[in-house]
Amino acid sequence: MSDEHTMTTAAPKSPAPIPAPTGFDHLLLDRLLAGSSLPDWAVKLRRDAVDRLDTLSLPGRGEENWMRTDLRMFQPRAWVSAAERPATSGGAIPSGLLESATQGAAAVAGTVAFGGRIASLDGHVVRDELDPALAGQGIVFGAPERILAEHGERFRSRWFSAVDGRADWFAAMHAAFHRAGAVLWVPAGVKLTAPLHVLSAITPGGLDTSHVLVVLEEGAEATVLTETVGGGESGSDGGFHCGATEIVVGRKASLRMVNLQNWSRGVWHFARQRAAVEAGGRLQWTLAALGSRLSQVQQDVALVGRGADAQVNGVMFTEGRQQLVYNTLQHHMAPGCHSDLLYKGALQDRSRLVWRGMIKVDKAAQKTDGYQRNDTLMLSREARSDSIPGLEIEADDVRCTHGATSGRVDEEQIFYARARGLTADEAARLVVAGFFQQVFDRITIPPVREALSAAIGGRIRRVS
Amino acid sequence: MTQQPDHQPNHQPNHQPNHQPNHQPDQLVIRGLHVAVEGQEILKGVDLTIGRGEIHALMGPNGSGKSTLGYAIMGHPSYEVTAGTIELVAADGTRRDLLGMEPDERARAGVFLAFQRPMAIPGVRLADFLRHAVTNVRNPERKEGQELMPMKEFRSELKAKMSELSIDSEFARRYVNEGFSGGEMKRAEILQLAMLQPRFAILDETDSGLDADAVRLASQSIARIGGAGGDAASGANAMGILIITHHEQLLEHNVPHRTHVMLGGRIVESGGAELAAELHKRGYERIRAAYPDAAAAERAMEESTRNQEAAGV
Repeated sequence: MSDEHTMTTAAPKSPAPIPAPTGFDHLLLDRLLAGSSLPDWAVKLRRDAVDRLDTLSLPGRGEENWMRTDLRMFQPRAWVSAAERPATSGGAIPSGLLESATQGAAAVAGTVAFGGRIASLDGHVVRDELDPALAGQGIVFGAPERILAEHGERFRSRWFSAVDGRADWFAAMHAAFHRAGAVLWVPAGVKLTAPLHVLSAITPGGLDTSHVLVVLEEGAEATVLTETVGGGESGSDGGFHCGATEIVVGRKASLRMVNLQNWSRGVWHFARQRAAVEAGGRLQWTLAALGSRLSQVQQDVALVGRGADAQVNGVMFTEGRQQLVYNTLQHHMAPGCHSDLLYKGALQDRSRLVWRGMIKVDKAAQKTDGYQRNDTLMLSREARSDSIPGLEIEADDVRCTHGATSGRVDEEQIFYARARGLTADEAARLVVAGFFQQVFDRITIPPVREALSAAIGGRIRRVS
Repeated sequence: MTQQPDHQPNHQPNHQPNHQPNHQPDQLVIRGLHVAVEGQEILKGVDLTIGRGEIHALMGPNGSGKSTLGYAIMGHPSYEVTAGTIELVAADGTRRDLLGMEPDERARAGVFLAFQRPMAIPGVRLADFLRHAVTNVRNPERKEGQELMPMKEFRSELKAKMSELSIDSEFARRYVNEGFSGGEMKRAEILQLAMLQPRFAILDETDSGLDADAVRLASQSIARIGGAGGDAASGANAMGILIITHHEQLLEHNVPHRTHVMLGGRIVESGGAELAAELHKRGYERIRAAYPDAAAAERAMEESTRNQEAAGV
């Protein structure tokens, strides 16, 4: 844990160079806000964010969380015009992996697949549905533009309260230019059974800046599935996602959250996500990543009330030249909380996966029980993974442990399975499926488990 | 030395010639087999013919090449066949070249190897693994992604086989060989043998690491499986089994029609069940004295292995 302490001592900074204009400016914001019915406070937040953006450069490799992220080919300016891309007319709404799996399972079981669904394409909301019976229970669920226009005051104190919209260039860009996403508010004691679904899609070369806010009041329960899809395979036909997710799990509330990043292979993905779990609240948060060209994800869980519980699951599969970077934080701020993070990643081809995890325990957070683990499975010799666990503990009565493993698919395992009649590909798929089983066992939503398992299985090629 | 398939099994119905055209393999025929591992020759010309319904015992000191023969038959990529042939020969004379097949194709052609040290596959339940294996072996033409054997049908068959072999049904839910004791691994191999019902099975020290009772149970199980599905009149569908062992106990219920002694990478002598008894009782001194060339080859192989180990290879 010693080396992780160095991050708290900031190096003396030389004066920052004046950032070059990126085109994400007040003029663009004015055009995007034309005709909007957002409350004034929400508009002001955006204008302040543009001011902040003007002072920032892209994060550099000197910064801890960005030193393993290669941004050399990323040009913000290339995506300005995508921000004004008009709505595709008459196009079908793309279907998400989790969405079809859930619908399939519901059809078999004869139950309702979703309590509500939101979808956006290139930042335009193309679906915004909530079961009227749920609306009748006081549940608020919808696209942010509509919800803020209708219920603005209710969310004023929550909007950008969990995530920091000023942290870096991407955070400020998102705070200024976010569009679509979802807002969910579940009143105290209301328990939602059917999951809610949020799909963010882009066309090749598109921009997605979706913002998701989930608030569960005391004793409420909900399941939320979000997923991304679309974009192109390379270059300016790829895509750019700059998003944020903020979650508040109230006292004794319980949330199951699943976020699948399934962009096409040319999409740049930047996400800042933070959950605050209040006393006695429970959060099961699963991140899955299959797509993108490059991902940089900050996933923070703050345990802010006594006895809060967070289980964090990660399922990553990378191939080609994909590069995925995850920075996770389990921040124990209150006593008697439990957090358990398990990230599992399999890497194919020349891909790279980075996980840098931190358990931070404040002085007040006695009787903390914190765990973090990262396992990676290498399917090729050219792939590379980095696991960097860290602990920063100020309380003296805590139990915090971490672990990391990295292994290869064993040729002898493959031969053994082939000797039983499985082809080399089937054998490799089976070994990889077995590797993920431990994390799948923790995901309590069967269609999610099955969709991820099938999607990963379909990508595995002969082990080299 | 070449085995002729015309000997008379003494405790099973005689093998009647089949006059119907039959492409099903009837014999596993190995001729002049040379096998090298990392450039070092281990097998130096092995000839062996195993017919359906026959039990062959393969004995020999450690390092004589017994396991190598098993791996070579199954097609392990690290075992390079430098000369010779392995073929499946049908009653009508149709020959299939095993060496041209991938390991999984060999399994689908009806060849099975019970591993001396089976591999663990964490996270994969034995039942799921077996369902995949059984589906492929029973439908050799199955393309990847096609339906597996129906779950219900598979489960009831698995349950029946497990109860027949006195294996606890919980076993199938465990991950393949993960955390298994030595005995459990061997029982899992026997269960797979029972489910896959191959035409030819090589059992590589399926008795090692087992206590006397467990060996007796294994011996009984193998006898039951090997004889299962056989046509009582002709024995035509029974298994051909090659039992690699150091001991006699596994042979208690599987009396070998032929016993072969391997030394220095060759089968130097073959005989009946009495040869297995003699080797078990007296060891390999007589064999070494009778075949000095093979004994010299054995010493040279040991020497080379020691040198490699000393060199840290």
